[in-house]
Amino acid sequence: MTEEEKAHSYEREQVVQIINSVISKVENTGGARLSIFKELKDLQRIIDEARSEIGATRPTDIKGKHIPTATDELDAVVEATAEATGKIMDSCEVIQDKVAGTDAEAAVTEEVMKVYEACSFQDITGQRITKVVSTLKTIEDKVDRLVEVLGDKLPMDTHHDEEGDAEEEDTRVGDERLLNGPQMAEDAISQDEIDKLLASFD
Amino acid sequence: MAVDKNMNVLIVDDYNTMLRIIKNLLKQLGFNNVDEATDGSMALEKVKKKSYGLIISDWNMEPMTGLEFLKQVRGSSESYKDTPFIMVTAESKTENVVMAKQAGVNNYIVKPFNAETLKTKISAVIGDF
Repeated sequence: MTEEEKAHSYEREQVVQIINSVISKVENTGGARLSIFKELKDLQRIIDEARSEIGATRPTDIKGKHIPTATDELDAVVEATAEATGKIMDSCEVIQDKVAGTDAEAAVTEEVMKVYEACSFQDITGQRITKVVSTLKTIEDKVDRLVEVLGDKLPMDTHHDEEGDAEEEDTRVGDERLLNGPQMAEDAISQDEIDKLLASFD
Repeated sequence: MAVDKNMNVLIVDDYNTMLRIIKNLLKQLGFNNVDEATDGSMALEKVKKKSYGLIISDWNMEPMTGLEFLKQVRGSSESYKDTPFIMVTAESKTENVVMAKQAGVNNYIVKPFNAETLKTKISAVIGDF
């Protein structure tokens, strides 16, 4: 069990102990109101802390930003590999046409068939990625339920709320801040645009 | 009996890449009359209109899966109910193979596969060629 799991386990046990203690006092004594009040205050504090922790993870961001971004990236992978394998197979067909009727035809065709076979990776990776997207969707639904259950009792990051859909603060520094990997088509600029941009410095 | 390589073959897969791969491999094996469908319902429409000597189908497709397509074909009272049917799929659990066999599949190929495997399985279903 990790330290975090131990801590959560401890908190759960603590809540159960407090509830049992409250029940015991209500059942066994007619008095002790102050003690019961203290136990209930402890219980409230623990629940409030749990809410704050959940709120700090900004669950609405998971649904509204992180998961959609992840699924878009995965869709882009499927699209890019499909496009690439299509081009590979186009070239294979051209090669086969060019060697048709020559002495090299049999040998080249044999190798081209191996390329076709290897291209089946696109189907397999596509199916695996679809499974991952489905898992992300399940997580999204669970988070959605959590937000729904906690409703307006969930403390939100007020700074973030004021900014609406503002980007999460990027804490990276130096060159690392510039490394974001391949961009989605709508966020990227084309080579022509890059050339124009560079030319604008001349 | 000699295999008629001019027979109509139907290949079914929702991935265009896979359709092209199978079509090209079939072409190399000498089968040139190949039709394509991207799910079970489209495939079912095709077998109702045209006679096929062999069906090669993926399993995981929408809206109609390859298994449902197979069941519809085998459950039919039409002439195509006995058409040789090979499932080509990434579903590789024992229960999948058993289910397909119970539904009447003639052979089962797990993706990724190679030309030799495809040839062997086709031979097993329609005879040596």
